[in-house]
Formats: sequence, structure tokens, C-alpha cells
Amino acid sequence: MSIAMALFIVCGALTIFGAVGLILAKEPVHSALSLILVMVALAVLYLLLGAEFIAAIQILVYAGAIMVLFVFVIMLLNAGEEVRTNLSRLARWVGLPLGVFFLAEMGYLLFHEYAGRAAGAANAPVVASTTDLSMKLFTEFVLPFELTSILILIAVLGAMVLARKEPQ
Amino acid sequence: MFILNHLWIILALPLAGFAISLLAGRHWPHKYVNFSSVTAVVLAFLAFCELAREFVHLAPQQPWIQSYFTWMTAGNFRVDFALQVDQLTMVMLGVVTLVGMLIHIYSTGYMAHEEGYYRFFAEMNLFMFFMLTLVMAANLVLMFVGWEGVGLCSYLLISFFFQKKSAADAGKKAFITTRIGDFGFTLGILLAFWTFHAVDFKTIFAQAANMPVEGMHSWGVLTSICLLLFAGAVGKSAQLPLYVWLPDAMEGPTPVSALIHAATMVTAGVYMVSRMHVLFSRAPAAMLAVAIVGAITAFYSATIGLAQTDIKKVLAYSTVSQLGYMFLGCGVGAYAAGIFHLMTHAFFKGLLFLAAGSVIHAMGGEQDMRNMGGLWKKIPWTYATMLIATLAISGAPLFAGFFSKDEILFEAYAGPNANHVLYGFGIAGALLTACYMFRLIFLTFHGKPRYDEHHVHAHESPKTMLVPLVILAILSIFGGWVALPPYWGGVNYFDSFLGPAFQTSSELAAKLNPSWVEPAHSLELQMTGIAVAVALIGFLIAWYVYILKPELPKKIAQGFRPIHQLLLQKYYVDELYEAVIVGPCVWLSRNVLWKIIDVGLIDGTVNGLAFLSRGVGGGLRHIQGGNTRSYAAWVVAGAVAVTIFFVWMVR
Amino acid sequence: MVPISYYVILSAVLFGLGVVGFVFKRNIITIFMAIELMLNAVNLAFVAFGTEFNQLDGLVFVFFVIVVAAAEVAVGLGIVIVVARNRKSLNVEDVNLLKF
Repeated sequence: MSIAMALFIVCGALTIFGAVGLILAKEPVHSALSLILVMVALAVLYLLLGAEFIAAIQILVYAGAIMVLFVFVIMLLNAGEEVRTNLSRLARWVGLPLGVFFLAEMGYLLFHEYAGRAAGAANAPVVASTTDLSMKLFTEFVLPFELTSILILIAVLGAMVLARKEPQ
Repeated sequence: MFILNHLWIILALPLAGFAISLLAGRHWPHKYVNFSSVTAVVLAFLAFCELAREFVHLAPQQPWIQSYFTWMTAGNFRVDFALQVDQLTMVMLGVVTLVGMLIHIYSTGYMAHEEGYYRFFAEMNLFMFFMLTLVMAANLVLMFVGWEGVGLCSYLLISFFFQKKSAADAGKKAFITTRIGDFGFTLGILLAFWTFHAVDFKTIFAQAANMPVEGMHSWGVLTSICLLLFAGAVGKSAQLPLYVWLPDAMEGPTPVSALIHAATMVTAGVYMVSRMHVLFSRAPAAMLAVAIVGAITAFYSATIGLAQTDIKKVLAYSTVSQLGYMFLGCGVGAYAAGIFHLMTHAFFKGLLFLAAGSVIHAMGGEQDMRNMGGLWKKIPWTYATMLIATLAISGAPLFAGFFSKDEILFEAYAGPNANHVLYGFGIAGALLTACYMFRLIFLTFHGKPRYDEHHVHAHESPKTMLVPLVILAILSIFGGWVALPPYWGGVNYFDSFLGPAFQTSSELAAKLNPSWVEPAHSLELQMTGIAVAVALIGFLIAWYVYILKPELPKKIAQGFRPIHQLLLQKYYVDELYEAVIVGPCVWLSRNVLWKIIDVGLIDGTVNGLAFLSRGVGGGLRHIQGGNTRSYAAWVVAGAVAVTIFFVWMVR
Repeated sequence: MVPISYYVILSAVLFGLGVVGFVFKRNIITIFMAIELMLNAVNLAFVAFGTEFNQLDGLVFVFFVIVVAAAEVAVGLGIVIVVARNRKSLNVEDVNLLKF
């Protein structure tokens, strides 16, 4: 068992723990913390795959900004314990089986498709350098890049409009 | 050459009269309606006179055809609005316009006190238009247009007093019964198109002339066409078994009975058979059928007329009987004789109806002959003209009917397609004709008055009604003289005029019956003698029973009660039709077509669709119930479905 | 090395868990977090494939997903705040004014 494999198993387990924790937590804050755990573990996985820039972005933006925002709002709204009410009938009878089926199917498919590729991944992962990434970003994908900046502008405006106090 | 080049004028005049009277006549005084409608018909008659002059001057050997525009084309099928004039058309045009004109003039007097004066004249003009279209049509489809149109006008005019249920029912009965015949006619047209690939007469006759004559027992396509077309004639011309509408049609005003149900519409069938003579003479089986139907109807109807008490019903059955004679004439190949009888019949039957109308007018609406009597002193002009017409129809020598009926009977006895059995029916019918017609005269005009003389003041009709009577009476006397038989030393102008029209058939008849020899003049004289004797016998019987021994009719009626009832109730044919045909139809319509199909199936389908809509909508609305979590569930379900779809598609 | 299929299966599992959370949780914010989990799972799949086929496009796409997720969270939490103010509750079942 190589170090990569061991690392993968550990981080994979951590993500799964975090995800399950997200679902099973009673308090929203606990769910948020579990999600942070998931993100950090994912960052390590990205590093394992050789996407160093993405790993950094994940920590900085996702875990560092987005999750913090989540925690802010939870605190702001004083979200208390989650009340357990009954599942809606549809969710219970259709959703659960559907979810399980979906999972099973995806698993089956992926296994079949990619089982033979185990050998293909024998190559050492090529580290994707930031230089190459930014070259691509600013030449081929410059339009989406600019559009996302406009998107962020809109998001800021929207958030400001939505959350301001009602004019009395 | 003016009218010949503008034949449409003759059609346009009555149509214009119809339009003007209908649209504007409602509030006009009668004068104006007369001006538009009656003058339209008078002008049409004058146009005919001019046409006759031009035609005789031109003397064409082939029919003169004028095609105005193409009405419809569909592949091979092509119908033009084309009018044609040949000798046969000229005779028919003359009869229609002349008698029509006289009856229009008569109606101004007869209908003067009726509601809906303008409507009457509008419908009469429309009828003239359609009848002229029928007569001048150069193809089967246009003729059928005229055929249906006169049926429509007949319906409108019979139910003129539409508030009376019996009149409305009579109109419906007329239309529906003739419809049955028209179905056969339509099939005939279709079969003709299928055989000849054209519907205009010129092409059909040219092709038929080259077709072989079909045998008496082989059922070829020509025979089928002729029989189907004749079915239409059976309906329209009130022959057995589709005659039942004509007596009921007497519900209409008397001028209508005179024009439509005596002189013109009912003769359309005879005209059609004569027009299609080229086909008929090549289908002997069909001709025999025509002759048989004609002869039997002539006799059968005369028996019914013997027992009727309503003056107009007697004349109606008389019309059916005389039409039978015309068909008998056509059926034995004597087309010219049939048309000749059509012409003379238009004169004397029209006169009979108009005079009957005068009697009814004089009696203040009374139509039952048992309540009349002794009128000859009070309405002398009506009496004189009616007597002349009766002499004509009975076949008194030198009157119009004598020559025409005689010619038909003679051809039936000794012509190329002679049939002695049919001749027997014919001569028996002639006896009965004389008998019941004189019965009518004696009951109506002679004897003691059987009505209350204080309440009913019988008075003579106004001049507008009398003048047409006199004109028709003159024609009933002298109208037959255009066809004086050769053995009398006269020249048969009529036959020689119509000769070119029927040329192909007469030549064919000669070819088919080489053993037929022109009968001797002495035989003709003998036949004439027999006919006159028979008519005299009928007259004497009527004289004896109704004048000499007036108590005899009651005794006969009581003594021969079953037979008398049978005749009086018209052989119960109406009741038979009611039970066998009409009753089941009505039952079917009510219980199956209405209750099951209309209410159950059609309403059920439409209502069911609405119900289904509502149900599905009611079910589907739960998808968006305002419950956010169910929205979430649906989103996931949709995503899963799409994924599965794409996954399986890729496979 | 770690076969690519392991990464992809992990991504699928995470996605499924995210779906489960999305369907079954009642707190709006928790539902939102489950959505974020789903996005992350997809990111993992992208990165894995990008590395496998030596294409940088995958990584660029991940970059954009993260950006859009950030914008979405900003606006979404703004909406959550407004809803919480109006309905006085963070339970998604209380957002039911459209109920028939």
C-alpha cells in the first residue's frame, strides 16, 4: 500500500464522516463544522491529485470564506435545534428508495466503466502548475472569467438589497 | 340570333324576379310585387317566342349548346354551366313559360287576400328559374341542379301555409319521398360518369351511339344507368311506388298545384327519360320497366280517383294517372307521343286545377264535392272551361287529349315495341278517366245544391282568374291540332318538328325490329274507334250513376263496402308506408341515433374528455402543493429520471 | 497509484449524501449546506478527470464552480435572512404560503 493510497483512504473516510455528520447533526452549527471538515479533507485529496492551485482555492474561498459566511448567518439568525417533524410522505416512500437506488446505480456503473483503468493510473500524477492554469484561464477562458466577475458584482448587489432593513 | 346567343336571359329573368320580390317585396303593395314577379315571367315567355322564331329560322340539326363558364373540374370530371336548345327543349320551354305565365297572372287574383303574397311570388319565380335550368341544361349535373331546385320550391310552396301542420307535413313528405328517387338519380349520374367519363349530353350520346344494344335479359351498364335515372323520375313524377306525396301536396295553394304538380315539375321525369332516349333505346329492359310502371300507375291511380271526395285530390290522382300514360308512351319508344301528351296535359290539367281553384274560390274555401252541386248556373265561365278540359282529358274527339292519348295507346298496341297487356291497362285506365272526370263535373256542377245557399254565395271569379282559364281552354281545344294523324289526312307537325331530336332512337327501333310493318290506316282507325267508344262508355256510366240515378252512389258504396273503403283509403298505402318504413325509421332515430349515439356516445365523449381533464388536473395539482420539501423531492426525482434515461440511452 | 475510479466513486457517494441531506433536512441553512456538499462532490469528480486525461480544462471548470458557488451562497443567504425575518422561523416547512 503506497502512501498515496493510505492518504486517500484516510481523507476519503474523513469526507464521508463529515458528510454523514452534516446529515445527522442536530444543531446547524455542528453541520457547518462537519462541512468544513469535508472541505479540508477534499483539499488534501486535490493535492493528492496534483491540483495544488485548486487545493489552495478550496481552503481559501470555500472553507475560509463561504463556510465562515454560513456560520455568521447561523449565529445571526440564532438557529436553534432542529425540530424533528415527520418526513413528508413523498420523501419517505419515494425519496429514500430513490436515493438508495441512485447511489447503487452510479456505483455499479462507475465500477464497470473504470475498473479496468486501474493500470492506467500507474503514471505519476502530473502536477498541474499554476502558470499553466492561469495561461489557460486568461486566454481560452477569458470571457467566462470576465462574466464571473460581473456575476460576483451582481451577487454583492443582490445580497445588499436583500438583507437591508425595511425602510420605515 | 340574339336570344340564341344569350340563352341565359331566359334564366335570369325569373331569378331577378325572385330576388327582387324576396328582398324588397315584404312591405310592397301587391301591384309592385306583380310588377317584378309577373312581368319577369311574361318577359321570359316573350323571350321564348323570340327564341322560337330564331330557332325555326336557324333550323339546326344538332342541339345548339352555349357554355358559359366551367363550374367545377376534378380530374376527368368536368361540369360546365352549359345550356342547350334543341327541338325537345323548345317544346318544354314553350309549355313551361306559357303555362307558367298564365298561372302567375291567375295567382294575382287567387292569392290576393293571402298573407305572404310576396313570398308566394318569390318562390314561384324561383321555381320557374329552376325548371328552366332543368329543361335547358346541357349536362346531367346541371339538370340535377334544376331537379333538386324544383323539389325545393315544391316543398316551399306546398308548405306555403306553414302554420297548418298538415301543410308542413305534406311539404316534408313531398321532399323526402322525391329524395328517395333522387338518390337513384345521383347513382345514375355517377354510373354514367364512370361509364362515359363525362356528364354532358353531347359526349354521352356520342359514345352511347357506338355501344351495342343490351339484351332483354342481360343486365348491362346502360340498363343500370337507365333504371337508376328512372328511379329519380319515379320519385319526381309520382309513379308507383313513390306517388304518395302528390295527393298530399294538394295542401298547397291551387296555383301551385296547377303549375308544379300538373304542368311542369312532375313532367320533369318524362322530360328526363325523353332526353336520355339514346340510352334508353339501347336498354330494352329499362324501357320495358318504364312502360310497365307507367301503365300500371295509370290504371291504379285512376281506380283511386274514382272514390275520392275532395276535388283537388281527384285531380291529383288524375295527374298521377296521366303521367303514367306519358311514361307508357316513352316506354314503348314513342317519345314524341309522350311529349305531346305532356304538352296537352299541361294545358288541360292546368286548366282543370285553375278552374277547381275558381270553384273553391267561389265556394269560399269548400273543397269537398259532396257539399257542392248545381253550380253551373252560378259560375258559367268556370263551368264551361272546366267542361272543355274534362272533354279533353277524357279523349273526346278533336279535343287536345284525344290526339295525344290516342297516339300513345296506338303505339302501345301496334308500335315497334308493342305490348298488348300494357295496352289493356291503358285502355282500362282511359275508361276510368272518363268516368271519374265526369263524376267530378256532375257532382260539382250539376244536380241540386247540397250546400247552404244562404251562407255560401257562389260568385264568379275576377277577370285575372278567368282570362287564363279561357286561354287554356282554347289551347285544350286546338292544342292537339298540331299533330293531326296522317290517316285523317292531316300533317303531324309535332312529330316532324321533334323528329331530329329523336332521330337516333327511331332509326334504332327500325333496325331492332325489322319484322315490324307500318300498320295499316284501317287499324289506326279501328283503334281510334275503340278509344272513343271506351271514353263514351265511361261518360255514360258517370251520367247514369250521378245524374239519372243520384241515389245509386250511396247504394254502391254500401253494397261494395270493402272495395269502396279500399279505394277511398287509397289502398291503405300511406298506412303501409307508415308502418313499414316511417315507423321503424322514427323508432331508430329516437332510440338508437338519439339516445344511444347522440346522448351516450357523442355527449359522453365530450363530457368524458372534460371529466378526464378535470380528473387529471385534480391529480396533477398535488405536485405543487406549496410544500417546499415535496418540491425538493420532485427535483431529485426528476434528476434521477433524466440520469437514468441518459445512462440507458448511452447503452 | 490510486485508481481514478475510487475518486469518482467517492464523488458519487458524497453527491448522494448531499442529495439525502437536501431532501431530508428541515433547516433552510442545513439544506443549503447539503447543496454545497453536492457542489464539492462534483468538483472532486472534475479534478479527478482533469488529472486523469491531463486536461487543464477540468481544473478551470472547478475554479469557476467555486466562484459561482461563492456568489450563490452570498445571494442565497441573503434570501434566507429575508425569509427568516418574514416567517419568523428557519423551518422550511413554514414557508408554505402557496399551500393549496
